[in-house]
Amino acid sequence: MASIDTRTVPEIVPARRRFLQGAGKASLSATAVALLIGCETMASSASRQGASDPKKDVSILNVALGLEHEAINAYQLGAESGLLSQEVLPVAVLFQSHHKEHRDALMATIKTLGGAPVEEKAIGEYAKALGAGGLKTQGDVLTLAARLERGAANAYLGVIPAFADPALAKVSGRLAADETMHWALLASALGQPVPEKALSFGV
Amino acid sequence: MVKPVLHLIGCLALALPMLAAAGESRGEMAEVGDAERGALIYDSRCIGCHSLAANRIGPRHNDVFGREIGSLKDFDYSEALQKAGGTWDRAALDLWLADPEAYLPGQRMNFMVSEPQDRADLIAFLQQEAER
Repeated sequence: MASIDTRTVPEIVPARRRFLQGAGKASLSATAVALLIGCETMASSASRQGASDPKKDVSILNVALGLEHEAINAYQLGAESGLLSQEVLPVAVLFQSHHKEHRDALMATIKTLGGAPVEEKAIGEYAKALGAGGLKTQGDVLTLAARLERGAANAYLGVIPAFADPALAKVSGRLAADETMHWALLASALGQPVPEKALSFGV
Repeated sequence: MVKPVLHLIGCLALALPMLAAAGESRGEMAEVGDAERGALIYDSRCIGCHSLAANRIGPRHNDVFGREIGSLKDFDYSEALQKAGGTWDRAALDLWLADPEAYLPGQRMNFMVSEPQDRADLIAFLQQEAER
């Protein structure tokens, strides 16, 4: 899995192409809408407030973008692993589409703020860094996904105080909510218990 | 006379816990860290961007305790980290985790661990990993 050549790997699993093409179209329009509404709002807010340090916000957003690139590739690796059942695969692809929407919105916002979006790495690098070669079962894939989603939710929550622009802090909270939703569904699929205590995220 | 006194007591009762909480989050360093708890915190809060064995969004951590700051040749650090100098010892890690931007302005992490005990536990875990 670590030696996957991204130039020859289709973005989707051939056997599920018809379903995924449909999903792709649906997410594309949703992404376009999110970009038009979300980023315009973010950009105008940033310029209106004359955010004290847009460079810093760009820096934080680029870390977030790196995280989204990794999440997209992690789900790609899971989808291509052949380990996911017919029931689970569409959910993984749907979650991946959420991360693609996050990526697109982050890239647009970074550009609007005058920054350069961090580039995606080759999928083989993500595979190596995430230990994808060690994934042997569907449970392994879902466990990795759940860990990454929980970590991402906590990362987004943890950087909220660092944003100069409160509108971007709110976006970080919304991204965290999506990741938490993913984690909750993955944890449920894995049979993991609901956290006993409240406020278990973002400490 | 009674009402102002009660009011003062009420204000103090509200203010003291807030002051105590503020003191907990900055400038204090817990004495003893629990590596086992630190592992759990790491898996919950750091794993989004870091791994022990591999560089991801952030640099690998298996040997970060005791490592020269910004010294991995195969990771693209911010300029702030590249120029920082020094070593990731307990005190440096504590300051970094408490407020990375205050410690090294221009860094890219920005993720804060506000509770001193959580930082101590994380550092104990990282020290344990480095000594393996």
